[in-house]
Amino acid sequence: MKVNPILLNNKAISQNSEKLSTEGVNLYYGNFQALRNITLDIPDRAITAVIGPSGCGKSSFLRLFNRMNDLITGARVEGRVELDGMNIYDKSIDVVALRKMVGMVFQKPNPFPMSVFDNVAFGPRRHGKNNRGELEDIVERSLRQAALWDEVKDKLEKSALALSGGQQQRLCIARVLAVEPEVILMDEPCSALDPVATLKIEDLMRSLSENYTTIIVTHNMQQAARVSDMAAFLMMEEDRAGALVEYGPTSELFTNPKDRRTEDYITGRFG
Amino acid sequence: MRADLLAKRQLSQRTAFGLLIIATAIVVVLVLGIILQIVLNGGGAISWEFLTQAPSQAGKAGGIFPAIVGTFYLMMGTLIFALPVGVMTGVYLTEYARDNWLTRAINMAIVNLAGVPSIVYGLFGLGVFVLAFHFGMSLLSASLTLACQALAMTITTSREAILAVPREYREGSLAVGATKWQTVRHIVLPQALPGIITGAILAMSRAAGETAPILVVGAAFLLPKLPQSPLDQFMALPYHLYTVAAHVPSMPMGTMWGVALVLLAVVLSFNVLATIIRLRVRQRRYSS
Repeated sequence: MKVNPILLNNKAISQNSEKLSTEGVNLYYGNFQALRNITLDIPDRAITAVIGPSGCGKSSFLRLFNRMNDLITGARVEGRVELDGMNIYDKSIDVVALRKMVGMVFQKPNPFPMSVFDNVAFGPRRHGKNNRGELEDIVERSLRQAALWDEVKDKLEKSALALSGGQQQRLCIARVLAVEPEVILMDEPCSALDPVATLKIEDLMRSLSENYTTIIVTHNMQQAARVSDMAAFLMMEEDRAGALVEYGPTSELFTNPKDRRTEDYITGRFG
Repeated sequence: MRADLLAKRQLSQRTAFGLLIIATAIVVVLVLGIILQIVLNGGGAISWEFLTQAPSQAGKAGGIFPAIVGTFYLMMGTLIFALPVGVMTGVYLTEYARDNWLTRAINMAIVNLAGVPSIVYGLFGLGVFVLAFHFGMSLLSASLTLACQALAMTITTSREAILAVPREYREGSLAVGATKWQTVRHIVLPQALPGIITGAILAMSRAAGETAPILVVGAAFLLPKLPQSPLDQFMALPYHLYTVAAHVPSMPMGTMWGVALVLLAVVLSFNVLATIIRLRVRQRRYSS
């Protein structure tokens, strides 16, 4: 589905600034088809929310973009998934380099059982940065970007597991930012957090969207409405494969859905 | 509920509880009994001389120092060979191998490796290390033989420790563009380390107690001097105990129990060491 040039609810996005796109994507796990014929363009430096009932393939869809589905035995992708016009399922693509460009934040905060500093420095170190001064700069910059610096600057050497759930999730965001990605994928990043921590993450997402393309999977309709510029509604078809029902600017999808099923879902009639 | 039904249920509850307690008590009494018997009978034989002197008069007099040192060398030799191979196999099987018939067959073989009688390992070592590789009857042959036997345990414990590392950590690492090997090296192995070390030390202390395999690949009955190189023969505590008990006429009982006590102490102290290392690592990891 193409998006017309339009003033989205948070910023102007022109038609030719798509960062990611999928074209006729089918995803299979063995014989089971998880996604069917998904075609959409995801705008650059904006937040795109993916909503839909449980089991509709939202997470599978998200994991297309950093090829995390590859980790599952028997997973197979048909169609094209493009990053800056380049097919990321092409044989020539280095998955490791792709994942550096397309970072991911998970549902459950998953800081490594090491210090706050080492968590953020983990990615840069793996990419060959070992200079202490340089790492210190990266860690501070990433933690500031993730709005966590003031809370942890005095305990950088303490275990990351001692932080609160919300702090842990922001640390995971900082860990992703430290490798300077262009896209951030978020898989229900607030589902394990309390409302206050959730709002902090949402504020953070808004400020990050100035510089990063974000896709967020969420169960929370209000969250999608609050933070996203674009929204995609996925639903299971009869054979349980996920399909795209409607995609458009969040303001339109939530106030004036074109599809009856979208309206039923966002008004809480099912899901 | 009817009163008689209730009474019946309470009776069966009490009976089950009672049986479980009795079973546990039997185990406790048995373990304490064994330890007590060895300590009471062998305690008298323990002296500075016993621990630091070479044996004389076919083990009836003197000490068991060469056997203690030999057993210590054996444990180290076993560890050096069994740990790296065990860990690497564990990593391969959990992180790299696809789930197919070959992998399942290998897993099955490893499980069965643990069930092979130890004398069979001894004969294998004799054929391969002593004769084919020309290592002769030696510490090296014995260490390699015991390492083969210990492999089943080090692989299994490594694999379990690696599998216990949460998938979230692996995904978090891969998601910032770390390679699979970097993820294994920096996330999975450090996390699995306590389990791996524990398994290795337990395998080592089990090797320390083995008699049958080393019987045919290099253990000597009486060898007053210490091994000077890995290609020398050696004495070992369990084999020494076996020979003095079975083949030395009019062997003083106290000395025999003394050897058993030292062997037990060596094995138990390594088990305690394994526990301490595990707790240390865990504490360091989770303290904030």
